[in-house]
Amino acid sequence: MGGGTDIGRVRGLGSAHHGSHHWLLQRFTAAGNLITVGYLAFSILLLPDLSYTTVRGWLGGPVPPVALALLIVSVFWHARLGLQVMIEDYVHSSGNRFAAILVLNLLAFAGAAFGLFCLTRIVMAIASETAVLTTIQAAQQQAGAGGVM
Amino acid sequence: MAERPLSPHISVWRWGPAMLVSIIHRITGDGMAFVALPVLLWWLAALAGGPESYETFTSLATTWYGYVILVGISWAFFNHLASGIRHFVLDIGAGYAVEANNRWSVVTTLSGLVLTAAFWAALVLL
Repeated sequence: MGGGTDIGRVRGLGSAHHGSHHWLLQRFTAAGNLITVGYLAFSILLLPDLSYTTVRGWLGGPVPPVALALLIVSVFWHARLGLQVMIEDYVHSSGNRFAAILVLNLLAFAGAAFGLFCLTRIVMAIASETAVLTTIQAAQQQAGAGGVM
Repeated sequence: MAERPLSPHISVWRWGPAMLVSIIHRITGDGMAFVALPVLLWWLAALAGGPESYETFTSLATTWYGYVILVGISWAFFNHLASGIRHFVLDIGAGYAVEANNRWSVVTTLSGLVLTAAFWAALVLL
């Protein structure tokens, strides 16, 4: 690479046509955050309390866990894009910048994966508890119908 | 890179509302990435872990410093939400006239505070 200015080095090479990708995704995920975090905020307000039983009961419905899964994806994606801009603005050496963005990508994916994993565990636990409860109730009904008094 | 004169930087500009909104947008956004996301993951992990781990989470979250962090997170969210909506308005090319820009910058910053206060008032009262 010559010692010219940045613009001098790229002039005439044409547009890569990818410049708007980051910008657009930042806005798509912003809209996603607005909806999903807004939903979470309203849910927190409308729940009678935030105890273990109440929150687990809330996550037993079909909408809340899906909303939280979408929230995790949207929020971590948006954070990844936002932190990338911060790194690009403040980390001036290109080697460090590359390393920082690499670490950022690993952490963003790890965070989102861990969040989705926790959510899956919660939902699976609720499902198995419900299944056990249904089995017990069915057994009790059968015993009742058999006339064992 | 060739040594060229740089355009005037932070230190030589008179502070205005738009600059305040801009830097708070960045601070709240990056701040939430470092604080709110770990708290979100901790909350989910505590829920997944069972009643005892959830108890550990709530007992720490309801200390005075727990509330300071939670109120801080909620302010960061509502402020970032308000300034984010301002970004959408600016994206369509509106709100660049100096007077309108200054006015909406102040409205943005204030609505972040008002929404935070409204959220916690609703949480306590509902």
